[in-house]
Amino acid sequence: MSLLEVSDLQVKFDTPEGEVQAVNGLDFSVRRGESLAIVGESGAGKSQAVMAIMGLLAENGSACGKAKFKGQDLMQMSRQELNKIRGCEIAMIFQDPMTSLNPFLTIEKQMAEVITHHQGLRREEARAHAVEMLRAVRIPAPEERVKQYPHEFSGGMRQRVMIAMGLLCEPGLLIADEPTTALDVTVQAQITQLVGELRRKSNMAMILITHDLAVVAEICDRVLVMYAGQLVETGSIEDIFYRPQHPYTQGLLASLPRMDRLSDDELHSIPGNPPNLMNLGGGCHFRERCSKVMDVCKDDPPLQVAQDGRQSRCFIEMTDGEIASTETGDSAELVGSGDCEKESTETVE
Amino acid sequence: MTAPVLRVQDLVVNFTSFTGGILQRKERVLRAVNGISFDLNAGETLGIVGETGSGKSTLARAILGLIKANRGRVMWEGEDLTLLGEEELRQKRKEIQIVFQDPVASLNPRMTAGDIISEPLWTFYPHMAPLQVEERTRGMMKVVGLLPNQINRYPHEFSGGQCQRIGIARSLVLNPRLVICDEPVSALDVSIQAQIINLLKDLQQKLGLALIFIAHDLSLVKHISNRIMVMYMGSAMELSQREALYRRPLHPYTHALIKSVPIPDPKLAARARQDSWLAGDMPSPYDPPKGCIFNTRCPYKVSRCQTDVPALRRMEQGDWVACHQAEDLDLSIHLDSASGIN
Repeated sequence: MSLLEVSDLQVKFDTPEGEVQAVNGLDFSVRRGESLAIVGESGAGKSQAVMAIMGLLAENGSACGKAKFKGQDLMQMSRQELNKIRGCEIAMIFQDPMTSLNPFLTIEKQMAEVITHHQGLRREEARAHAVEMLRAVRIPAPEERVKQYPHEFSGGMRQRVMIAMGLLCEPGLLIADEPTTALDVTVQAQITQLVGELRRKSNMAMILITHDLAVVAEICDRVLVMYAGQLVETGSIEDIFYRPQHPYTQGLLASLPRMDRLSDDELHSIPGNPPNLMNLGGGCHFRERCSKVMDVCKDDPPLQVAQDGRQSRCFIEMTDGEIASTETGDSAELVGSGDCEKESTETVE
Repeated sequence: MTAPVLRVQDLVVNFTSFTGGILQRKERVLRAVNGISFDLNAGETLGIVGETGSGKSTLARAILGLIKANRGRVMWEGEDLTLLGEEELRQKRKEIQIVFQDPVASLNPRMTAGDIISEPLWTFYPHMAPLQVEERTRGMMKVVGLLPNQINRYPHEFSGGQCQRIGIARSLVLNPRLVICDEPVSALDVSIQAQIINLLKDLQQKLGLALIFIAHDLSLVKHISNRIMVMYMGSAMELSQREALYRRPLHPYTHALIKSVPIPDPKLAARARQDSWLAGDMPSPYDPPKGCIFNTRCPYKVSRCQTDVPALRRMEQGDWVACHQAEDLDLSIHLDSASGIN
């Protein structure tokens, strides 16, 4: 059974220059204990999709669609209801650990706040729990460290504190938004390994948002590739890395610098730049950068769904797996959920 | 062998800060660059790699004279740049240029692309005819892969990758002989990173530039460098030819850096995970460890490492390493895809 099921998620931002469609009809699900990677370039909409689900969009943002967590729709919840779930059943870790910690409070105070809020424990119990959690993320001398302020920790240690805070209430789902991007490679390796271990131990599901496919290979089960607000491909980690279907995924993989190969070949690069989300227009959004572009790409590409659940939004037919269904771009728009239709017609009127 | 264009000898940069109140003022010295020496030949690329705080950017700035070195020499074609006056040094910057890390922050938002790229020309050749300046600017834009008709656009109208192209065009417009690239792609997306790396490589071959390419990990420098220097807390740990460094690193720190780069291959990643990573954090730079600076994190340390500072010395095959045990350690890397997957 899916733990989280997101369907037809739309996220828009009103800016002085016009409306930006950050996420356009995204569907995905996360099963219990599963680890899903959402991969894409800056502006692909990967962070905003998750922020919308968690009710954390900026003021000028609006979202619609469904996000069912354990059967309840997060998108319909009031702030109070969401607050019971956020930080407790769903935890988040952000990219920059320094800006997500309060510089004026000791680590103990910040961690205790989470525990007292969600579990109603007393202070001494909360402190013991915090120390225990810091030990679990392998912070040396946690009894001492818990009394310190964030600036007394190094970048890697701060990210460990963030992970410890996230795991305090034993969440069923951890959302990690570029958790290792701001860290050095050596520290990145430590953190990735730690997250993988903790997840296996507690059978926690995870959504890892990243632009770095290499990190994904290490700790994820399934990958969802986004481009210009849409899903372009999804599949198991083996499918994506060894048998990528969509030209964008193929290009992304080829442009990664590889440590395990000593060739002197030029690095493959995807030409051009990501499209402007302000005036996307129809057709395949990737067509201007695509090496396999055809005439039909001016039309919206179909979303091909194979029997084993992998999907590719492209006119090029998937090469393996039986194709179960093919939604054309047009019909996908018609299928959209009632709320979204209402909203869009309202704005038209 | 040709004589090197740049010869850095025993370069030291200290930063001094003060702690305590007015009455109990204490001076603290942070040695950001600790006796670095290397040669750079014409048309060669030297990669400099190290974690945050290893002193690589400070080294770059000290070479350019943007930060004053406390000791040591920077010989540019036989002339010591550290001894030059401000105006003389400024003239040298026609030959030595820099590309910065953050492509957007390093461009003035109120200047057009054309203004930014042509500014060095106006500074160094104030009597150049405007038409000639524009022609050269447009030419430069074409060289770095921008459209010359974008000359009147402002930085915010370009993407990150395009902004970095403007930064590169600005550094090349004076026909320099050495360009120092300080993490030029770490702020860019993977697909764009590859574009910029290929552009730099291409330009280097076309223009015969010498390049110093600074990065925080070893994955990208591999594609662009002839030789690579690995820095840790201000000191050079290893300076090796590219192939040798990736096949058989001489220093345990280099080995750890190579092993920490994630491999985009699920099967290999699972294998690599079984190896142990480099533990712990970098020690405080105000209180560096005695003996080998890396000994607190080194899995191979012996008692000698805690007392004697290893000198950077030349090994048989011509590469340099600062490790007491370099002869005895075999740190070969066995992660080639070909052998990794059966």
